[in-house]
Amino acid sequence: MTPEPITITIDGQQISVSPEVTLMQAIASIGQDTPVICFHEATTSEGLCRLCVVEVEGWRTLAPACVTKVADEMVLHTDSERVRRARRTILEMLSSAVDLSEAPAIQQQIDDYQADPERFPEAHRRTQPILDDNPFYVRDYEKCVLCWRCVQACGDDLQFTYALSLGGRGYETKIATFFNAPMPETTCVFCGNCVAVCPTNALKGKTEFYLDQGMDYDQIRLQRRRQQKSSSQDKKNG
Amino acid sequence: MEPEITNAAQYEQYLDSVRSHGRTMLLPALIAAQQSFRHISPETATAVSKALKVPLADITGMIEFYTMLKIEPVGETHIAVCTSPVCAAKQAHQLLHEMSANAAPGVTTEAVACLGLCDHAPAVLVNDRQVGSVTPKTDLSSANGRVQSRLHGEERMLTQWCEEDVEHTLENFLECGGFQGLRAALEHSPDEVIETVKQSGLRGRGGAGFPTGTKWEGAAQASGHPKYLVINQDESEPGTFKDRALLLGDPFLILEGILIAAYAIGAEHGYFYIRGEYPFAQQVLNHTITQARQAGYLGQRILGREFNFELEIRSGAGAYICGEETALFESIEGKRGFPRIKPPFPTTHGLFGRPTVINNVETIVNIPLIFKIGVDHYRSMGSPAAPGPRLFSLSGSVVDPGVYEITTPVTLRQLIYGLGGGIPNGRKLQAVLLGGAAGKFVPPEKLDLLLTDEALRPLGLSVGSGAVMVYDDQVDLRLVLSSLADFFAHESCGKCYPCQLGTQRQAEITHRMLAGQVLTGDLDRLQDVGWTMTDASLCGLGQTASHAILSAVELWPELIVEPDPKQVRS
Repeated sequence: MTPEPITITIDGQQISVSPEVTLMQAIASIGQDTPVICFHEATTSEGLCRLCVVEVEGWRTLAPACVTKVADEMVLHTDSERVRRARRTILEMLSSAVDLSEAPAIQQQIDDYQADPERFPEAHRRTQPILDDNPFYVRDYEKCVLCWRCVQACGDDLQFTYALSLGGRGYETKIATFFNAPMPETTCVFCGNCVAVCPTNALKGKTEFYLDQGMDYDQIRLQRRRQQKSSSQDKKNG
Repeated sequence: MEPEITNAAQYEQYLDSVRSHGRTMLLPALIAAQQSFRHISPETATAVSKALKVPLADITGMIEFYTMLKIEPVGETHIAVCTSPVCAAKQAHQLLHEMSANAAPGVTTEAVACLGLCDHAPAVLVNDRQVGSVTPKTDLSSANGRVQSRLHGEERMLTQWCEEDVEHTLENFLECGGFQGLRAALEHSPDEVIETVKQSGLRGRGGAGFPTGTKWEGAAQASGHPKYLVINQDESEPGTFKDRALLLGDPFLILEGILIAAYAIGAEHGYFYIRGEYPFAQQVLNHTITQARQAGYLGQRILGREFNFELEIRSGAGAYICGEETALFESIEGKRGFPRIKPPFPTTHGLFGRPTVINNVETIVNIPLIFKIGVDHYRSMGSPAAPGPRLFSLSGSVVDPGVYEITTPVTLRQLIYGLGGGIPNGRKLQAVLLGGAAGKFVPPEKLDLLLTDEALRPLGLSVGSGAVMVYDDQVDLRLVLSSLADFFAHESCGKCYPCQLGTQRQAEITHRMLAGQVLTGDLDRLQDVGWTMTDASLCGLGQTASHAILSAVELWPELIVEPDPKQVRS
């Protein structure tokens, strides 16, 4: 049985929606996009990035549109000063922490909200070395925005492999393996799901990584053969 | 509360004994390993993973989340120095510096968030021994390891029998009228008990002030089964130590309140979550539960009725966020302490997804009192919006720091000058931080404010957890602010962006304030960061992480002076 639709107001426009939809789905039903970073249809929404926050009349704080359900007679403001300030500041703080150079969607959001990527001078950035420890993908966690999608895809949401966890805490949160072991020493099966859901190219397929470094396909083939040889040599030598 | 473990074989035996419980024993198992081996090696972690069927990567996730768990061994003597806002104002950072520089071989040191010993600042934890009022000259090895809080109050209703310096026995408790409230409550149906608690007007004393009876009713009426009762003594709010004083002073009274709550909501299993920084209190609690179980106050058919209840102690391991109710559930479930999205609320979807009541220790201690003296007498205390007695933790620059029980509302002036003996050494009051790190500053001009919800709320203030931190005119408030900001940056769980990023940026700006190197635009930045955390964070930690700091710069703009643009050379 389909539940009775309810009435809500979005930016002055009254609409009728199913009581089971989220604010984001309701906003999408009138053809409006909500900016998001962590949200992905294949992974569990945890309300992390808070970029999707909107103002609900009568609520003390802003509501994350990805996980908040509609309620009858809710009045939403999706572009109020409070909403814009929160979105802009989140983007500015993120820019000061993470390398967003290969995250075009977030760069577009930075433009949309007139966020200043240089807003926080002298900010401690989450610099991390590039981890190139397996034949399939490269991990450049300086680009990681902690959307949790790779951990979720590796675990309960897709692959049930559990090679990854969140490590650290607070600002120093990071993606961790068991005692930070290289990927081949973990339970990773190299399914590629984590690479597929990464929004910022922090996880990148090896070929794409080499192409970005300016190598052509021949050079890449040579490079990979060399790596394979040296790794099988390592194995022989025990 | 684990048996003594000194080698890997004994640890394997211990793992065998908890294996059947699965992941919920993850944090206890890791704490046991840390205590036994002073760190958690990959081999130990692998054994835990196998025994409890937890993915290997998640073990690393746990170790890195809980600060008392270590990958590298700590020294045979490990000194944790509290650098929270009260200790910081009493030279805790210098103390840490000297202790680190002069550490003997085998001694390691570490800066930690609030140890809950604010009335004895600056305080340290030496392995599992608490030492207060420490100076670089203090002989830490001779200290007895127990820090007692002084209990004050003109009329003591909650703390009538509170005494720390005795061994608490069930016999003593019964002689002093113990379990009378429980017996009175058991004369009524669970519904009637809940109705009485609702009538009493009791509100939670952990900080948020939710009506206790309404919470109980929600869980009692929820359809899921089993139901859980959880006691929250992850008392980590800087400046708050009343629950420690209650536990050390009258542990059986807490148990009495727990039994009434369990009976009312129909819970047969309860968890007592107590912070890892309170090792002695954990021993007292364990001793209390053992005695109660032997005498039939825990277990099957309590007092001969159809009422079964078991209580299990769970220790925290250094994470302020686990005081947030849903993060605490995650911790008991063997996970990193990430707060959950609400709704759903704990009363319907709490611990293990089941209906759960979670109450603060002070809240639960009010319950026996309500049944002993009756609702009318109870409501004659406190204020109409928040009836009943209330405990305040008074610390900082006062003559008599300690826990104060207040039955008739007092003003801040009465609390600090009348009861607390005023400011020592002839100094003047500079500021009061009311409600803990998540609270706000109050200036000396507002001392005649009555400490009630009614008087405070219109000013955007709150009693919170009852923490009152007093700062005299010799204290550099910028040091206090940077210590507050460091606290939140250290304790943010990192789940939602506003708090994960904002607590760090806020800390950086307060460091510039302290160093006298404020940049043009820093006030704007501080406000945008603060308002964004308040407005958009997922849980109460982020939503309050900027309150104290923003309230301070609003009251005292001179704390953040930006360079004069005319003087800045481009």
